[in-house]
Amino acid sequence: MKQLSTKVTSNGHGQDSSYFLGWEEYEKNPYDEIKNPNGMIQMGLAENQLCFDLIESWLVKNPDAASLKRNGQSIFRELALFQDYHGMPEFKKAMAEFMEEIRGNRVTFDPKNIVLAAGSTSANETLMFCLAEPGDAFLLPTPYYPGFDRDLKWRTGAEIVPIHCSSSNGFQITESALQQAYQQAEKLDLKVKGVLVTNPSNPLGTALTRRELNLLVDFITSKNIHLISDEIYSGTMFGFEQFISVMDVLKDKKLENTEVSKRVHVVYSLSKDLGLPGFRVGAIYSNEEMIVSAATKMSSFGLVSSQTQYLLSALLSDKKFTSQYLEENQKRLKSRQRRLVSGLESAGITCLRSNAGLFCWVDMRHLLDTNTFEAELDLWKKIVYNVKLNISPGSSCHCTEPGWFRVCFANMSEDTLDLALKRLKTFVESTDCGRMISRSSHERLKSLRKKTVSNWVFRVSWTDRVPDER
Amino acid sequence: MSQLLSKLASSDKHGEASPYFDGWKAYDNNPYHPTHNPHGVIQMGLAENQLCSDLIKEWIRKNPQASICTAEGIDSFSDIAVFQDYHGLKQFRQAIAAFMERARGGRVSFEVERVVMSGGATGANETLMFCLADPGDAFLVPTPYYAAFDRDLRWRTGIRIIPVECNSSNNFQVTKQALESTYLKAQETGIKIKGLIIANPSNPLGTSLDRETLESLVSFINDKQIHLVCDEIYAATVFAEPKFISVAEIILEMVHVNRDLIHIVYSLSKDMGLPGFRVGVVYSYNDVVVSCARKMSSFGLVSSQIQSFVAAMLSDQRFVDNILVEVSKRVAKRHHMFTEGLEEMGISCLRSNAGLYVLMDLRQMLKDQTFESEIALWRVIINKVKINISPGSSFHCSEPGWFRVCFANMDEDTLQIGLERIKDFVLGDKASKNKNCNCICNNKRENKKRKSFQKNLKLSFSSMMYDEHVRSPKLMSPHSPLLRA
Repeated sequence: MKQLSTKVTSNGHGQDSSYFLGWEEYEKNPYDEIKNPNGMIQMGLAENQLCFDLIESWLVKNPDAASLKRNGQSIFRELALFQDYHGMPEFKKAMAEFMEEIRGNRVTFDPKNIVLAAGSTSANETLMFCLAEPGDAFLLPTPYYPGFDRDLKWRTGAEIVPIHCSSSNGFQITESALQQAYQQAEKLDLKVKGVLVTNPSNPLGTALTRRELNLLVDFITSKNIHLISDEIYSGTMFGFEQFISVMDVLKDKKLENTEVSKRVHVVYSLSKDLGLPGFRVGAIYSNEEMIVSAATKMSSFGLVSSQTQYLLSALLSDKKFTSQYLEENQKRLKSRQRRLVSGLESAGITCLRSNAGLFCWVDMRHLLDTNTFEAELDLWKKIVYNVKLNISPGSSCHCTEPGWFRVCFANMSEDTLDLALKRLKTFVESTDCGRMISRSSHERLKSLRKKTVSNWVFRVSWTDRVPDER
Repeated sequence: MSQLLSKLASSDKHGEASPYFDGWKAYDNNPYHPTHNPHGVIQMGLAENQLCSDLIKEWIRKNPQASICTAEGIDSFSDIAVFQDYHGLKQFRQAIAAFMERARGGRVSFEVERVVMSGGATGANETLMFCLADPGDAFLVPTPYYAAFDRDLRWRTGIRIIPVECNSSNNFQVTKQALESTYLKAQETGIKIKGLIIANPSNPLGTSLDRETLESLVSFINDKQIHLVCDEIYAATVFAEPKFISVAEIILEMVHVNRDLIHIVYSLSKDMGLPGFRVGVVYSYNDVVVSCARKMSSFGLVSSQIQSFVAAMLSDQRFVDNILVEVSKRVAKRHHMFTEGLEEMGISCLRSNAGLYVLMDLRQMLKDQTFESEIALWRVIINKVKINISPGSSFHCSEPGWFRVCFANMDEDTLQIGLERIKDFVLGDKASKNKNCNCICNNKRENKKRKSFQKNLKLSFSSMMYDEHVRSPKLMSPHSPLLRA
């Protein structure tokens, strides 16, 4: 339709991707324990539903915040009218302190450098508008969150050039991969404005190592470009390791208050850590005043509702609550992840060893007919339509190797997870590979376990040039 | 750093450097308060509706289950907290559609599936531009128009605004002639016009379009096969004839019109006085636009907490019917109070029947009919009279001397004080200029006297005070809230 913009007629929204098609199939036939026990189980949705009871009990204990009162007095009118794009100061202060707490209070965030946005979806798009002209490029390590194709490129006109990461080293970012991506952009005549990473990673479920973070900071320093670190899963870290933020690295390298630090920006949101995606709370953190200023004005297009700001500033200011929440959240995520991993193992399936996130990066390469993306898509269709599990194929995340799938574990009950694992096991056993397993299950599991250990050992030794912090 | 940023970030196309925002800054620096700061600046540049918050508060008190955070509503908490489907809660869309219908007297119906969320009307307008136009394309906008359209329609979208000039000679009504000639001129210079955007009721005029004018606008866009975006966010503030007529009604009658060209923007910020809740709506008759706008709504979804609350509140038909009546009534009362107060001192306004403001005619007070004089007068009003009002030039008015003054964003006492200050200023200055004129007029029927009085309203611009304000630098402020004003 010539009368409409090219944005409408192109498919820059990225919604034709299998990532979203799986969701659509789920919508048509959603699982319900009682009403639709044979329906599709949603495992393609990275939601955190594990800790609502903690928030609900806080609400019950804090009726003032819950009912828009301050010291017993209604502040409804004040909230109804509050639309200052600078945001509520008490809310930004509470966000800053929460972000500090997640990082073990090792770094500080100045509330004045926080810009609120309608979710990290809006935060990422706004940063693109501020940093890139149409046609400029950002480098992103693969695999990456499928929504980035829409969020970073669609209305901004920016381009994404992938930094190819491979399973040979646990999908870690390497110097050569960075350089190759940069050169590729040059070949395509694209001006590189920066690198964007998700840390912890979606879909890998792993936090970046200090080595990778140092590498990134050195790289953007030498190329004089930006680094955006999307740290929306920072509060979902459940492994033994501590979460290392790009802010930690700037501090350790003594780069705070330097030119470089002004090119490093953090994106945050309460959608994953607190499990409140419906409330649309996102944030940009930048040390560069011009970006804070421009992004603040742009936030007019997606402000955070005043009611939400008020409620959450009270919630996040309750330090007893936040420390208890973060600890409990970590515990429950860890337990869920273990449940998924061991369930998959009993079906002869391994995952990338993960220490964060709401999903696992699952290795189903051995179930492919051929080592191709067509085969991956075939397998995915079988899992969606026959096994009735919506999981996300690696190709939708721009993974360069076929056979990897992202499987979420925190958006359903334990019973539903167990059912999903049972279905998957039944499916695997019915395949050629599965029959092999049942015939010599003991041997196969042994060799799979060896593979798992050796993978893990390989990753550990690879990163062992510096003391292991993964 | 600026070369490391995009042009968007380093330019000032956001429009915030305009003098429009200086008034804000003056207010920010010295806000009026009845007890803490009685000599502060009174905010009359903010088109907010504070007149019916008591009704909403009462409803909230009676309906604790509407909030997902109260004991009565908490069972819904987790379902709502995770809900981020860009279709929006069905009950929210149903309630919005029903509300929009009732605000139009039930004369039209709105399809639930066409209701698309956005980050306020700010987000809705920008989203529609992204859907309807490419960078470099243009939209026609009748002047005077809402100042922030410059940002909302153009900044990140790259589209151009082509103003269609309207004049006070016919109360700033947009004429077919003006549309045709502007369109032609643009075409001749190779500019691609994608559509026309109007605010009905108008900001800053405070007038709603009559049937004939609306029909001619619809004919115009249909004839040219360009889009029509109707920003109807002040729909419920209409308090006098002509009763509000939505474009939705017009196209019911004009069946030959290409509906794919018709789009409505709505919001709860003005009619309901809830700007903080960020409830914007894109309603399009074009299926492709609905689908695209819905995907784009990801960048500015309405918080599910708010969707759930609004769904409950606006499903209460009795409440809705009552508040729609009250909004209109209370706006009318304020409007009369303010315009009559101004008339008593010989100041007239554009005759209006809607909106949360009036367009005050101060042309007679200008030193000369120039925008420089308008700005000079405006600075005096801000700094001496201490009221923040908005100069017509900030709305791209083609004639100097018009000022938009808001009346619904404060209590009655404060409005009275605002009127007193204006009166003191006008009469005090008049007295100092023309000691012999004894025509302080407080009788509406004495038209002749009023007319001669108005002729003598010119300020004494030889005073030092005026010169000071002309020379004074732009006021700086620690922060500049950009509100939908």
